[in-house]
Amino acid sequence: MNGVHDMGGMDGFGKVVVEPHEPVFHAAWEGRVLAMVRAMGAAGAFNIDTSRFYRETLPPDVYLASSYYVKWLLGLETMLLDKGFIAKEDIAAAHAVMPARPLQPGKLAADDVERTMVRGKFGRPAPAPAQFKVGDRVRARNMHPLTHTRLPRYVRGRVGIVERDHGCHVFPDSAAQDGGEDPQWLYTVVFDGTELWGKDSDPTVKVSIDAFEPYLERP
Amino acid sequence: MTEHHHHDHDHSDDHSELSETELRVRALETILTEKGYVDPAALDAIIEAYETRIGPHNGARVVAKAWTDPAFKTALLQDASQAVGTLGHVSRVGDHLVAVENTPQRHNIVVCTLCSCYPWEMLGLPPVWYKAAPYRSRAVKDPRGVLADFGVTLPRETEIRVWDSTAETRFLVLPMRPEGTEGWDEAQLAALVTRDSMIGTGLPKTPGAES
Repeated sequence: MNGVHDMGGMDGFGKVVVEPHEPVFHAAWEGRVLAMVRAMGAAGAFNIDTSRFYRETLPPDVYLASSYYVKWLLGLETMLLDKGFIAKEDIAAAHAVMPARPLQPGKLAADDVERTMVRGKFGRPAPAPAQFKVGDRVRARNMHPLTHTRLPRYVRGRVGIVERDHGCHVFPDSAAQDGGEDPQWLYTVVFDGTELWGKDSDPTVKVSIDAFEPYLERP
Repeated sequence: MTEHHHHDHDHSDDHSELSETELRVRALETILTEKGYVDPAALDAIIEAYETRIGPHNGARVVAKAWTDPAFKTALLQDASQAVGTLGHVSRVGDHLVAVENTPQRHNIVVCTLCSCYPWEMLGLPPVWYKAAPYRSRAVKDPRGVLADFGVTLPRETEIRVWDSTAETRFLVLPMRPEGTEGWDEAQLAALVTRDSMIGTGLPKTPGAES
């Protein structure tokens, strides 16, 4: 979806402000939110693409005005409500008053936490031969799905070069909508800065994205 | 809010908002625990891991090793997940890690314009600026301007390569080894490797400026 989360190339947000000696968490509740998202994901309540989509679909004013972990909290609550893991009655009571929904594989045990500290594998066997190879010129499709996608707006319609082939990976556009993994070829595609930002932009800039095959076409 | 609170906190408005958020977080954890979905001890363990064990020191060891061991550097640039996996002393790493090398001709910067993708196992949790609108919006359009925000100026002819982390690939910048470090061992070199130098928004420290 063309949401405010798709920020590449937007103007007006000002300078990058670096906080010296930034702590890992600015308040204890931030750590609890992060840990709840990780633990519920590991328990099988949702996948990473779904959780991203719920943050992206927060109202634009809320998205822009909320801190990172408030966005995580709001996204988590809405997602768990939508999927029936919690109910409005539970939230109102601040306790579990409605029945739980079964989870597979189920509750993450403290002893298994170390296992979840390693990123999951997203590579999958190829269901079909690759349509593109390193060195090919490709155009990012001019597409505007209303659902989750990882094709940023600023490259759509632009021509780049396939630089790396990462094999087949879980396709976020499908996984986010509970449509299954639908593995797709994934490529690093590099664009000249002038192709993205016009002839007056910095000629020394190159920008790459990692693009799933359905995002690309021959120019 | 009482005067007492005003004395304790610089931003009283933030404080009242924070309290509301704190209550909401506690309620959610209570609900998830009572329903049997989460174990609070597991949440503690996750937090403890990110607060104490997983941070930029992991990535710094990888960079220092690459600076001293040419065969490891070659392997790292070929398949970073596999190469890092051979270092027993570094935290375990998942798939799809890609190391990109800075050279006199090219400087690499990593961003996630769509959310906050970041090599957690190598660098820990991302800083607030990495997840915030100013960096995410401008890194792909005006990377030299972003570098200036960090006090970094590169030669005009240097290629600036921005990697937008739009999939589950994760990028680690291999910065250039500082001059004047001939004969240094890995531990000495690792102390020069900053978090920002592995994101590409900074350069390693130079000898004599380690602290």
